[in-house]
Amino acid sequence: MYKYDQYDQAMVDARVEEFRDQARRRIEGKLTEDQFKPLRLMNGLYLQLHAYMLRVAIPYGTLSSSQMHTLADIADKYDRGYGHFTTRQNIQYNWIKLEEAADLLADLAKVEMHAIQTSGNCIRNISSDHFAGAAADELIDPRPYAELLRQWSSFHPEFSYLPRKFKIAVIASDTDRAAMRLHDIGIQIVEKNGEIGAAFYVGGGMGRTPMIAPQIRDFVPLDQLVTYSEACLRVYNRHGRRDNKYKARIKILVHEMGAEEYTSQVEEEFAHLLDQGVEPPLAELERIKPFFDDPAFETGLTTEIDRSDPDFALWADRNTHPHKAPGYVSAVISLKPVGGIPGDATTAQMHLMADLSKQYSFDESRVMHTQNIVLPHVKIADLHALWTALNEAGLGEPNLDQVGDIIACPGLDYCSLANARSIPIAQQISERFAANGKGDTLGELKLKISGCINACGHHHAGHIGILGVDKKGTESYQLLLGGSEAEDTSLAKITGPGFDEAGIVDAVETAADVYLAQKQDGERFLDTYRRIGMAPFKEALYG
Amino acid sequence: MKILTGNDLESGAVVWWDGQDWSIHVNEAVDVGEDAAAILAREEASRRVNVPYAIEAERDKNGVRPAHIKDRVRALGPTVRPDLTLKPADPDAGNWVI
Repeated sequence: MYKYDQYDQAMVDARVEEFRDQARRRIEGKLTEDQFKPLRLMNGLYLQLHAYMLRVAIPYGTLSSSQMHTLADIADKYDRGYGHFTTRQNIQYNWIKLEEAADLLADLAKVEMHAIQTSGNCIRNISSDHFAGAAADELIDPRPYAELLRQWSSFHPEFSYLPRKFKIAVIASDTDRAAMRLHDIGIQIVEKNGEIGAAFYVGGGMGRTPMIAPQIRDFVPLDQLVTYSEACLRVYNRHGRRDNKYKARIKILVHEMGAEEYTSQVEEEFAHLLDQGVEPPLAELERIKPFFDDPAFETGLTTEIDRSDPDFALWADRNTHPHKAPGYVSAVISLKPVGGIPGDATTAQMHLMADLSKQYSFDESRVMHTQNIVLPHVKIADLHALWTALNEAGLGEPNLDQVGDIIACPGLDYCSLANARSIPIAQQISERFAANGKGDTLGELKLKISGCINACGHHHAGHIGILGVDKKGTESYQLLLGGSEAEDTSLAKITGPGFDEAGIVDAVETAADVYLAQKQDGERFLDTYRRIGMAPFKEALYG
Repeated sequence: MKILTGNDLESGAVVWWDGQDWSIHVNEAVDVGEDAAAILAREEASRRVNVPYAIEAERDKNGVRPAHIKDRVRALGPTVRPDLTLKPADPDAGNWVI
């Protein structure tokens, strides 16, 4: 796990004190809200419906147990006993007081964390595969490259005021577990002719204009990774639209300019930059890499799961992922209990997850973009004990990638941008499918809910997506089908007219019933939809 | 009726203009009628409240009810956590929002 050096720590500490002074001046009335707002946003402090909300960066989702304990302590000390893990591998607190925000940031800094660049038109938290460094199907651990990009992008003066926010994901597997092609830049570490490099996908994203990023380069040598990224950003910074925030993301530029022309300009800029000394010296990458070395995996471990307890066997089947080291798996802790709030964890649950990560996973956990937590390196022999501890804390739901594993944005219950509530819909759907028993028959079904067109709940990428809209002052919900954020990336399509709160829950069940009636051997919901198309679903939904 | 709302500077809490000061209870909101703009300008200048604005509401036997669902959620608290709302003892309070 990366450890701050003296420069990292000094920068973060200095920023805390700078913000402390800014907040003090705001409270004393020396700054107006218009003057203060951009300053607090640079430090991840939003003003939402009920209070200030703080978004904390968790680079590539990786946490030590001491960091997780601190996140729990912060929930207790400054908030109301819980935190909300988000689709950007971050955590958000919902009930922060302005006068305490700097103290909170100081506590975060003590464990090498911050909230810098978690808002604003800058390069946001770099995300990655939540199984990075552990997955059996991975080429190499992508996190050293994500860390290099984090260092490059943090406080980058040229990219502090981009046309709009900018999101980068880095993966190193052909299986995409980071929604890579739905990012402004998606980077896949690849091998070509025996050499490791990076493929670049630029101009993806969700929101009001969803786009799948086209590949603009199939191979960039790793010692030119930052330079090529800089070229991509420079062309965007030069041509991205600042006159219309709804057309300001790079996806619009790439679409309107055309991927070919955009690529051409990037290549020209790249050629210009190659001899400008933009790339950090390779020594920096070599300094970073050992922080991500494998922990001391044991050998000769059992690779068999004791399946005598059927409840445990079900959880192990659904909530674990193959590991590169024999005798280990990555174990997913579901933050989606039936009827629960997706992504929420209490102080006690965070402390427990920290303790379990220390006991069973080499002191490490990961935040998933699906709002769950991973213990990346768990011995198969320890799985039953881990599951038992999780179950006792309400964290043992065996629902990874099932219909109950719903991504949902905070929606109108918390968010000032939302038009409709998301969480109650998620709760009702998970309760419905748990009660009627259909959930267990559906297999992989990714359901994602957003409370507004900004798509924080990734509804465009749901096998089933739900978008909450405002219909003359009341909540209405559109149903979408056929999206995927994985390597088979696709954008979901709207089925037809929206539904009210009860109607959308019924509609999801109706869509599930169509799938159950039509599926062929081995087909997921998404496969069946792609085979039979929208018509049978529309017929069942609208007659 | 027309009432004023905003967020408290220090806590961020949703507040309502009660004629003299800002209250966290929507039922204490008063009809400001034609005075909305003047009060908003004065209060914004005093910087005790963030981004205050006027909304439509109605008063019935149960109290003041903002016209739009967003302001009703603001008035109560998150409907999915009754324990965190202004009416933690009333698990049905969320129904008022709908």
